[in-house]
Amino acid sequence: MLDKNGIAQRIAKEVKDGFYVNLGIGIPTLVANFVRDDIEVEFQSENGILGMGPFPIEGEEDADLINAGKQTITALPGASFFDSALSFGMIRGKHVDLTILGAMEVAENGDIANWKIPGKMVKGMGGAMDLVASAENIIVAMMHTNKAGQSKLLKKCTLPLTGVGCVTKIVTNLAVIEVTEEGFKLLERAPGVRVDEIIAATEGKLIVEGEIPEMRL
Amino acid sequence: MISKTVNNVAEALEGVHDGMTFMLGGFGLSGIPENAISELVRLNIKNLTCISNNAGVDDFGLGLLLQKKQIDKMVSSYVGENAEFERQMLSEELEVELIPQGTLAARCQAAQQGFPAIYTPAGYGTEVAMGKETREFDGKMYVLEEAFKADFAFIKAWKGDRAGNLIFKGTARNFNPVMCGAAKVTVVEVEELVEPGELDPNFIHIPGIFVQRIFEGKDYEKRIEKRTVRTVV
Repeated sequence: MLDKNGIAQRIAKEVKDGFYVNLGIGIPTLVANFVRDDIEVEFQSENGILGMGPFPIEGEEDADLINAGKQTITALPGASFFDSALSFGMIRGKHVDLTILGAMEVAENGDIANWKIPGKMVKGMGGAMDLVASAENIIVAMMHTNKAGQSKLLKKCTLPLTGVGCVTKIVTNLAVIEVTEEGFKLLERAPGVRVDEIIAATEGKLIVEGEIPEMRL
Repeated sequence: MISKTVNNVAEALEGVHDGMTFMLGGFGLSGIPENAISELVRLNIKNLTCISNNAGVDDFGLGLLLQKKQIDKMVSSYVGENAEFERQMLSEELEVELIPQGTLAARCQAAQQGFPAIYTPAGYGTEVAMGKETREFDGKMYVLEEAFKADFAFIKAWKGDRAGNLIFKGTARNFNPVMCGAAKVTVVEVEELVEPGELDPNFIHIPGIFVQRIFEGKDYEKRIEKRTVRTVV
């Protein structure tokens, strides 16, 4: 079974040379730590930077340089700044190659819910609805089950939706799963996790074909 | 050169009154019009509708107007980090319209550029699209979203000249350029106000035509909401 860093490490393998990548808040942010350093990748933050670098060293924090999570960041050589309309223009226009974000629920048809729990304080969707409605390559990083042990991979989302039919791949603490027209398809098992454990933790339709390899990190 | 310069924040905000709709630039606390917000607090005008990506924190940014209950309605994409906001929202003293961040930017830009509405895929199939016109283009569904209508836009830029030409800095740019000219009156505060000719026309982000009033702001705090650093090994 993977921890949050393990999920990020596995997703990092989906980041290819030449990709512009948008990372959501939470586990997705950790992906940047595991991207191979022999490939060229630029991270986009939707508040208006391409070529985002690591957090600054103490004393070099700049109020005019933050990421979409409002954390202080740095800009790498070759970085650029732009306004919010252009930022979502590059997202909506499919110029960003890969979007990685967290979720509360994903349905077997690719629907995603990650912004609102009825009855609880709603903070807003931020850029999530724009990202999921526009990107063609969306990977969800999340735990396979919620704190109550219930599956987060469902036949149908129960929470208010963020987007419909948009998720292409899911990486959890248990498995790598592709969203196909027929439902969830199991691609890889996390180290030490059996297929029957993944089946038991998945409420939606899970297609298991042949031998399922253990994921390599 | 058509001068857009006013002497101070009081002159810049002349004409604001109760019940108006304002646009305010900024993302989190980065690039917010600190001087205009302070003046709005001082004027104590009420029943405002504020279009702004976020709502500040309890004691800074739009949180200052919320504390004095000057805002009736917020139109935002993300409103965490503000206990007073949460209290007013849950007690229904404050109306909140949450919309996708890209849609917020697009509706500002539509107002700026003379489009009555735009189609966006964001929110299709969700509660955001409820009651709105939808349409299919090339097999994909889109939601019709209307341009905002606002009385004043309050903008923060880094440098500007007396003609209203603007340059923004870093990610403090965010919603500021797209709100310029998107309201009936655009008021810009800058950290540094210079003479025409001092800014290279090649590097102007927003031309002065979108600006009605510009002034040099004072005492910028530029608070950092989430100071995050790395340790050097």
